[in-house]
Amino acid sequence: MEKQTMDLPAPPPGCKKRLQRLREQSPRLRNLLLVALLYAVFAVPIAGGSINRYYSGILIMICINVILTVSLNLVSGFLGQLVLGHAGFMSVGAYAAALFAMHSGLPPAVSFPLGLALGGLTAALFGFCIGVPALRLHGDYLAIITLGFGEIIRVLILAVPFTGGARGLTVKTTISRRPFAFFTWAFALAALTAFVVYAFIHSRHGRAVVAIREDEIAAEASGINTTYYKLMTFVLSAFMAGVAGGLYASHVGALTPVKFDFNYSTEILVMVVLGGMASITGSVVSATVLTVLPEVLRGFSAYRMLAYSIILILVMLFRPSGLMGERELSIEKLAGFFRARFGARRADGGKGDA
Amino acid sequence: MGFLSQIVNGLGIGSIYALVALGYSMVYGIVQLINFAHGDIIMVGAYVTYLVLVVAGAPLWVAVVASLAFCALAGVGIERLAYRRLLRKGAPRISLLITAIGVSIFLENLFQLLFTSSAKSMPNLFPGPPVSLGGLQVGRVTGITLVTAVALMALLQLLVQKSRMGKAMRAASEDTGAAKLMGINTDTVVAFTFAVGSGLAAVGAILYCGAYPLINPYMGNLLGLKAFVAAVLGGIGSIPGAMLGGFLIGVAESLTKAAGGSQITDAVVFGILILVLLLRPAGLCGKNVREKV
Repeated sequence: MEKQTMDLPAPPPGCKKRLQRLREQSPRLRNLLLVALLYAVFAVPIAGGSINRYYSGILIMICINVILTVSLNLVSGFLGQLVLGHAGFMSVGAYAAALFAMHSGLPPAVSFPLGLALGGLTAALFGFCIGVPALRLHGDYLAIITLGFGEIIRVLILAVPFTGGARGLTVKTTISRRPFAFFTWAFALAALTAFVVYAFIHSRHGRAVVAIREDEIAAEASGINTTYYKLMTFVLSAFMAGVAGGLYASHVGALTPVKFDFNYSTEILVMVVLGGMASITGSVVSATVLTVLPEVLRGFSAYRMLAYSIILILVMLFRPSGLMGERELSIEKLAGFFRARFGARRADGGKGDA
Repeated sequence: MGFLSQIVNGLGIGSIYALVALGYSMVYGIVQLINFAHGDIIMVGAYVTYLVLVVAGAPLWVAVVASLAFCALAGVGIERLAYRRLLRKGAPRISLLITAIGVSIFLENLFQLLFTSSAKSMPNLFPGPPVSLGGLQVGRVTGITLVTAVALMALLQLLVQKSRMGKAMRAASEDTGAAKLMGINTDTVVAFTFAVGSGLAAVGAILYCGAYPLINPYMGNLLGLKAFVAAVLGGIGSIPGAMLGGFLIGVAESLTKAAGGSQITDAVVFGILILVLLLRPAGLCGKNVREKV
């Protein structure tokens, strides 16, 4: 029955091409190898001790931001709903993971991953409770309501007794003292997040999600249960943000509610927008660049947010769908691009010789 | 008596929210944009007042005029530079919203660079003994705020309902395309709306400084958010709705504080918003428009 409804609308001509492209981009062994190579490039020096704590810290922060950006992109880019409270979900995950790791009494090797999972689940629960009412609204109203919930979460963290309030919570985990293990966890989770989002988007569910973004009314008319898919995406995204929060808690070692305010939500949004709404690799690249850039430009830290805002406005004015748009980076395409250029030049050279 | 004076205090701060909310509401009514930068216009207004009043040493009325003019200009400038291109192209609303957030971050950081992030203190803008309103002793600032805000809102209502420009504004908010076909220069109408909204925000800024004489580059953030909540609460696009929403938020806030919950005031405000949005998605005075295919 479901299958029938999915097959009913005849795809427009452009759609076929797109499907073809999607099929070509299907995950391959090569991508896995590439990720492994990327991991090795950073992990070996960390294990060998030739990268100090400062740099490994930045690498871990990159992984955390990649998770946050990719997960927000799932909702903002693929589902097309603007969410301004992502840092709120992250904070829930961070506090849940930290409190669990501190009070469970389990050995750190067990309590850390369990804490991350718990952080993700708590954030997902919050996402569910918030999503059920919030997703009845859409567009601007959804943005505002998520913003409101984000602020409420922050205020509640300040008000409840067990979070340390405004003074903050000192997180005592041992994983942060072992940069190699920590980096491995962070990298694996970031890669997993990107993979899960990629697989999700290229599944039936993902097509339904993209259909909702393109035209909610048409999607509903084609038999897609829009509320169900919206909620599912929202909860998945909140879960990932919660896991990122758990990593973050161990990384910074001290949690204060101020860190998870509206500004952090916008910063994640900036990463999504710059990388391209609905581009996973775009998100990864922009999260990396925007995490490294402030460290490189330490001397210009006063101008950082100013530059961010100008870039954000310019990108919106001239490339409203983000720098990468919907496109994904891939080795094949890059290789093809260089081959085309190089080949063209060689052909040119040949002509010149003759 | 204590309860009543809390209500009046709430109405005082609420009327400031209402003034700012009007700007959100009018802009949204015409271009369907949540102008996130509107809250920061308040901050700009406060800094201009500070510059004219404290640094240049001019009298209050000069500061009011300067702040009004500057904010109106800033509002028009922002619309011209950041939004118009997108509005003309009919860009998706999410792009517009992100642009507005960008403008907001820009203004905050620009002013942080110019004036540092440490708070500047304003002199007492409205010195004098408390006034009595119907037998109730009310702080002078609260009294002035209430009277100014109500007068301005009445004036605005008059402007929108009776003037030629007001008619054009109403037409544009009903259907921009049709308004254009009727020979209305919608660009001018949009610019005018931004100017009026920003001017009201400047007045709101001065009144706010009268009550809370500390200004910093981020003051517009929460103030703007709450004003926006007021606008949504009352039904965005509706002028009486913005007033109603502003008063409601102000009173709710003041009562929460009086009940000893000053820490959770913001949560209460957003809680009310969420409740109202769920029960009446179009707000208290908003029109419930069905989405057309």
